[in-house]
Amino acid sequence: MSDTPVDFDAPQNNAGAAARPPRATDPLAAINASPAVGDGGADMVQLLTPEGQRVPNATYDPIIGALTDDELRGFYRDLVLIRRVDTEATALQRQGELGIWASLLGQEAAQVGAGRALRPQDYAFPSYREHGVAWCRGVDPMNLLGLFRGVNHGGWDPHEKNFHLYTIVIGAQALHATGYAMAIQRDGDVGTDDPDRDAAVISFFGDGATSQGDVNEALVFAGVNHAPVVFFCQNNQWAISVPNEKQIPSPLYQRSSGFGFPGVRVDGNDILAVYAVSKTALDHARSGQGPTFIEAFTYRMGAHTTSDDPTKYRVSAEVEVWKHRDPIERFKAWLVREGIANRTFFDQVEAEADELAASVRKRCLAMEDPEPTAMFDHVYVEEHPLIEAEREQLRTYLASFEGSH
Amino acid sequence: MTATTSSTARQTMTIARGINSGLRAAMEKDPKVLLMGEDIGKLGGVFRVTEGLQKDFGEDRVIDTPLAEAGIVGTAIGMALRGYRPVIEIQFDGFVYPAFDHIVSQVAKMRARSLGAVTLPLVIRIPVGGGIGAVEHHSESNEAYFTHTAGLRVVCCANAEDAYWMIQQAIETDDPVIFYEPKRRYWDKGEVDTSAPQRGLYESRIVKEGSDLTLLAYGPMVKTCLQAAQVAEEEGRSLEVIDLRSLSPLDLPALIGSTQRTGRVVIVHEAPTFGGLGGEIAARLTESCFYHLEAPIMRVGGYNVPYPPSRLEEDFLPDLDRVLDTVDKSLSY
Ligand SMILES: Cc1ncc(C[n+]2csc(CCOP(=O)(O)OP(=O)(O)O)c2C)c(N)n1
Ligand SMILES: [Mg+2]
Repeated sequence: MSDTPVDFDAPQNNAGAAARPPRATDPLAAINASPAVGDGGADMVQLLTPEGQRVPNATYDPIIGALTDDELRGFYRDLVLIRRVDTEATALQRQGELGIWASLLGQEAAQVGAGRALRPQDYAFPSYREHGVAWCRGVDPMNLLGLFRGVNHGGWDPHEKNFHLYTIVIGAQALHATGYAMAIQRDGDVGTDDPDRDAAVISFFGDGATSQGDVNEALVFAGVNHAPVVFFCQNNQWAISVPNEKQIPSPLYQRSSGFGFPGVRVDGNDILAVYAVSKTALDHARSGQGPTFIEAFTYRMGAHTTSDDPTKYRVSAEVEVWKHRDPIERFKAWLVREGIANRTFFDQVEAEADELAASVRKRCLAMEDPEPTAMFDHVYVEEHPLIEAEREQLRTYLASFEGSH
Repeated sequence: MTATTSSTARQTMTIARGINSGLRAAMEKDPKVLLMGEDIGKLGGVFRVTEGLQKDFGEDRVIDTPLAEAGIVGTAIGMALRGYRPVIEIQFDGFVYPAFDHIVSQVAKMRARSLGAVTLPLVIRIPVGGGIGAVEHHSESNEAYFTHTAGLRVVCCANAEDAYWMIQQAIETDDPVIFYEPKRRYWDKGEVDTSAPQRGLYESRIVKEGSDLTLLAYGPMVKTCLQAAQVAEEEGRSLEVIDLRSLSPLDLPALIGSTQRTGRVVIVHEAPTFGGLGGEIAARLTESCFYHLEAPIMRVGGYNVPYPPSRLEEDFLPDLDRVLDTVDKSLSY
């Protein structure tokens, strides 16, 4: 992989980059012909190989060098804990406790790498799969489970942790993020050199979302306004059953040059690379130099959601290829090799994950359904006669059953 | 009733399979018919309604589109301008809105704007309604937006036979058609006579005859109303159940006829009642049947709130009890 520095001040060089694997004639041809096993190509920023070997990179090494061992161990803990929450949620769905669950399996490094590059005053706009970012922002996983259980539509206060509600309508949040960034500009909270004041926004979406008008319009608005926003696209190779080749006419990270700002492809399964690239882009935005498009090259290891059956449209051999690029294994190998973490630490994290999973399960089972009349709450700021009348109507109706069995 | 039909043409299938077979028949009949939508190819759609069609008709006629509803409807307009008959699948009701501009401003108006020179024979299929325990945007009933839009025809099937025939009739129609599919009933089975359609696309159907009160419904609520009528019958009340089938145009003569016979009407839909289709029907029936009415025309529908989280949807959606409750109110006049 390239250790060419990404020049954030210039539109990216578009030479070379489509990640098409060679057409092979061997028995693995079917797999090799699948674009979804591409390794990201030469332009992809990678600091850790799938084997956990550190790849030197003049631009990003100082950022990694500035991380303390504690912070690095913290990254590992984040990765393991959020994967465990995800596994538990999937199990809870199977047992009927959640209506549906969208797993982040395989995308932990992309999400934690970006999430840990944020400062408290930054603001994140997720899609529906960003459990790892939510975790980094300090959002209680129970909020996420509540939505998928069907007791609310999210229901957390986005301003509390600067983490917006999950957005299920594909791509809409890219515009909200851009508008939020334009408001930050108007507040003068960019380019002041005060690290506690300068703020950036990050918008998460998938490869499929890049087809939506909303996302492309967001890129235009961000570009013309030099808005302090980072577009963080997790290219997990699939949009439900639709692969990149049917969705994305040219490599995503090159797209932003047409909108007047830089783009970079990063190995989304390499937490060091994602952290370094995200931090660079966020600093760039906070300092008033405008947007960046990040394509985190990763893979959706599981089904689209628990309702999906991926065997209908993709070969399992593809998943096997990506297993070897697992984000947690490679980071663990590196931590061990560097002597940053030892057996005791890993055991502790495992134990903590077990505890967390047990608590998530317990709290999920204890999550009560809201009162039926709760559907009338919060629809309007001011009293609305129709709402009041219907709330009363439902209350009376429900009361008519009381006493009967 | 259909004694003349040969029994070999009768098949039992689900509503989903009915639409699938109807699409297949339409594609076999007319090479200009093509399908567009998200995940409709290899996957066969998230509800498997297009299962097997890409395999049999190829990627040129069953197009897995990029993830962009405005793009789908906009390019379908272009295809139609060159003589194709695109049948679009919108994955869920709540995801039609990115395409709303194209449907309302372009599809609906093209014929009038071109003084009749251009017709857009598009069909936009939308799985509609709740009751499947889904997350937000997957359970909406947005028919009123489209029935409010002149230039669109809006229909909704409620059983397998209608699924099979109505989709073919919609495709043959030269006007654009919004074709609603009751998603929670996709797996309900019914008998389909594949030899010939029993009625036109815009005709309503009396599902059960009755004399005391008329229940008007469409899509998922037809089954609910039929169950209500059966319960009422055990209690000695005779309810007529009519499946509207077409929401725009309305089969007003048939609705007026039933209203005049029973004198009482309850309209049932999942959509919130305020500004909904039920209000329009009530107004028109009142205008035509004022002296026949024994009670005000009543509506049972969703409450006027955003579709609630799934754990509350049973309280939001009209069910047997709420229908019967309103029937009692009407009968007590
Ligand atoms: C406007 C809209 N259309 C369709 C859908 C249905 N849908 C949900 S997820 C999805 C695919 C998204 O793919 P991608 O953007 O790559 O994100 P991923 O799920 O892979 O994380 C689709 C089509 C939707 N949620 N919103
Ligand atoms: Mg994707």
